[in-house]
Amino acid sequence: MNVVFYLLAALTIGGGLAAVLLKHLVHCALATTVAFAGLAMLFLQLDAQFAGFAQILVYIGAVAILIVFAILLTRGSELPKDGVFSRSWFVGLAIAAGVFAVLAWAVLQSVRAVPQQMAVPAVSVRDIGNALVGRYVLPLEIVALLLTAATIGAVIVAMHEKERPKS
Amino acid sequence: MTTPLAGYLLVAALLFAIGLAGALVRRNAILVLIGIELMLNAANLNLIAFWRFGPHPEALTGMMFAIFSIAVAAAEAAVGLGLVISIYRHTNTTELDKINRMKG
Repeated sequence: MNVVFYLLAALTIGGGLAAVLLKHLVHCALATTVAFAGLAMLFLQLDAQFAGFAQILVYIGAVAILIVFAILLTRGSELPKDGVFSRSWFVGLAIAAGVFAVLAWAVLQSVRAVPQQMAVPAVSVRDIGNALVGRYVLPLEIVALLLTAATIGAVIVAMHEKERPKS
Repeated sequence: MTTPLAGYLLVAALLFAIGLAGALVRRNAILVLIGIELMLNAANLNLIAFWRFGPHPEALTGMMFAIFSIAVAAAEAAVGLGLVISIYRHTNTTELDKINRMKG
């Protein structure tokens, strides 16, 4: 537990909080990007270089851009008149606080029983590639199929529909 | 003082709670999707932390799970935002309170 971990955790949590609390949707998208970057640096701190850079490429490079596109295409940058939070916001807040309390209690109760390896795992990108085309080749193919289907599906869903006569 | 694994798990739990609160509390559909993305990311942080501090990291199980989870989350974000744009075309709003009929 060094100071870098605390800084990155504060950056990630602060970005997440700002993403949920800010009024303007564009600011929310920016704060989400900060949270994603903090998570990528936490992955690097955990010696998971490949996952960290995949996080930067996929989330900051693609998902954040998609969110900004969706906000601008739906005129989300205009503030709604009757507030950004739903009427029953306290119920959602209570559920989230309860979930966090249960998770934190479970972590603090059980983590002393778990043996921890402090040695840095010696895993190179070469090992990850070999595992992807060896032991994990079937999930890899399924993910490829899923991404193709999701791309086609997203285009079809968001495609402009022709006006049909009302029946 | 807590162990490093507990620190990462607590950060992930807090991020999950923040994402859940965002998904439950906000009116805008895009913000709900952002909340879901934050929850998925918190789960990924758990997977990577258990991979790093658990036994047999050379088996790469947690790392592979996280990588596949990132790929599936990207597909989910694309389809979800496409749906939001499609709903906006139909109803001219992205506020979830006003999307209250199922007829297209």
